[in-house]
Amino acid sequence: MLEARNITVNYDSRVAAAEISLLVEPSKVISIIGPNGAGKSTLLRTLNGNVIPTTGEVILDGRPLHSYARRVVAQRVAVVAQEADVRFPVTVFEFVIGGRYAWANVTAWGWESVRDIELAQNAIAITELNGFESRLMNELSGGERQRAVLARALATEAKIFLLDEPTANLDLAHQATMLRLIRSRCDKSDSAAVVVTHDVNLAAEFSNEVMLMKEGRSVAFGSPHEILTEQLLKEVFALQVLVDAHPVSGAPRVTPVHEMKSVPPA
Amino acid sequence: MTNPRHNRSSLRRTLFVCAGLFLVLILAFVISSILGAQRLSFGGALCALTGKANCSLSAEERAILFDIRLPRILLAGAVGTCLAAAGAAYQALLRNPLAEPYLLGVSNGAAVGTMTALVFFGAYEWSRPVLAFAGATAATFLVYRLARGRAGATPERLILAGVIVTTFLSSAIVFITTVMDATRIRSFTFWLLGDLSGTTSNLLIVAFLAAVVGVIALGVNARALNLLMLGERDAFDLGVEVGRVRLVVFAAASLLVGASVASSGSVGYVGLVVPHLVRLSFGSDNRLVIPAAAIGGATFVIIADTLARTVIAPRELPVGAITALIGAPLFVYLLRRGAASV
Repeated sequence: MLEARNITVNYDSRVAAAEISLLVEPSKVISIIGPNGAGKSTLLRTLNGNVIPTTGEVILDGRPLHSYARRVVAQRVAVVAQEADVRFPVTVFEFVIGGRYAWANVTAWGWESVRDIELAQNAIAITELNGFESRLMNELSGGERQRAVLARALATEAKIFLLDEPTANLDLAHQATMLRLIRSRCDKSDSAAVVVTHDVNLAAEFSNEVMLMKEGRSVAFGSPHEILTEQLLKEVFALQVLVDAHPVSGAPRVTPVHEMKSVPPA
Repeated sequence: MTNPRHNRSSLRRTLFVCAGLFLVLILAFVISSILGAQRLSFGGALCALTGKANCSLSAEERAILFDIRLPRILLAGAVGTCLAAAGAAYQALLRNPLAEPYLLGVSNGAAVGTMTALVFFGAYEWSRPVLAFAGATAATFLVYRLARGRAGATPERLILAGVIVTTFLSSAIVFITTVMDATRIRSFTFWLLGDLSGTTSNLLIVAFLAAVVGVIALGVNARALNLLMLGERDAFDLGVEVGRVRLVVFAAASLLVGASVASSGSVGYVGLVVPHLVRLSFGSDNRLVIPAAAIGGATFVIIADTLARTVIAPRELPVGAITALIGAPLFVYLLRRGAASV
């Protein structure tokens, strides 16, 4: 459904992403892991058409991404960004129903249909924001706001989700809820998700495939068991880790080994 | 002040609010037409305004009403509509509750255009709105480029860019006044602060047409502006053709500001006060904010001009002095509140 073919992105003279290929297929969750500045977000934004690759191309449903009208891309690909920066008094409902813009009958004008309203209410319900519809976005906690961003993405009815650190502001319980929602959406409705995350263990639990990135390049790609190894993680993060199996799920569990020697006693 | 927390606005609610605001506008219109240096009777004015022949007005009073007051009130309404709608659009597009044609320097750009037309093409009246539009467009482009940093335009950066453009254009205005003859300078200083007394019927028609065209152009993009208000990247992700919408909105706003400055100078703060009050009362949905600000802006400038005409009658204040007196404290309040919440 969505494919990156050998894409390279240069910002001025700096190479942000180099020679990356990625195939996003139905019911797959792909996690992208790597140190800060590895080009993860650049790759994600290239998949959405927000960044235009210097070489290579992105293919959506058999055609180059840039050959589609913006609204058609938005009907098929939804983005969950890191943080919503809301400077006007916008209610949660108004925010979430923004996800229906791409489906408006007339360009940019008009009011939402009954179906649009139902879809927005449904998205609010499954992200556990019931009762928050009339609250203002800038009065919510970081976690609630992040869930509203997810609700808006779900309201688009897109089949492909691109998530940029979706769990960064969430507490433990909501981290799991968030990824379980994405996971079940992918399993049930032939959707797919690409998740940029720093949480290696959540990636191990919820994804089918993991891409390890370093300095703009894809270092390794495969199943969590293949990729989340002590050797590869040490190579990419320059950090000693222990990898064992999660006692319940059996997924790889990564524990950093902190060398405390150099830290003076408090 | 209470902040109404409606889930969403609907077409019905928008029409209801606009109808209510329109009634207030009509009321302001009628009251403004009887007040002034020469007070007219309410019944007589109402009778004449509704087109009846045998009203209790003298011939002189009829002349005051139809030849002096009515064109001026109509102009005040058109200018208010232009500036308030443009302000609402700038605020949504630039994601900045403080954005306003006057504070961004766009009004000054239009003023430079108008003055250039007056000095160099004085014989051609049409050159005034045309050059005012060109000046407003150039100033918009300039302030937008200056405000855009790597991290996007922060509110403070935008206001600073507005100050830079405003002062730069002010020096251009001073330069142009030096080449004018001394007798005209006083009327120009008055005009620069916003003056509704010295327009022509052609410019009144231009202001009206610009108001209609500009508000429609902004209105059809209101739903896209709702998303742009949350950030250009968000809007792009959700399917907005950001570049095209930005171009249309900037062009429409420049048209609105250009036409209003060409006909009446730089009336400040209308684009700040009116959209802010509308948002406070009815929420932030631009499909409601833009038409409501357009109607409310007309009411606001009509009331301000009535005060300008009456407080020291028979002498007059520039209407811009009244709007700034109301607007500047609100600006300070918004700035302080913004600084506290960041």
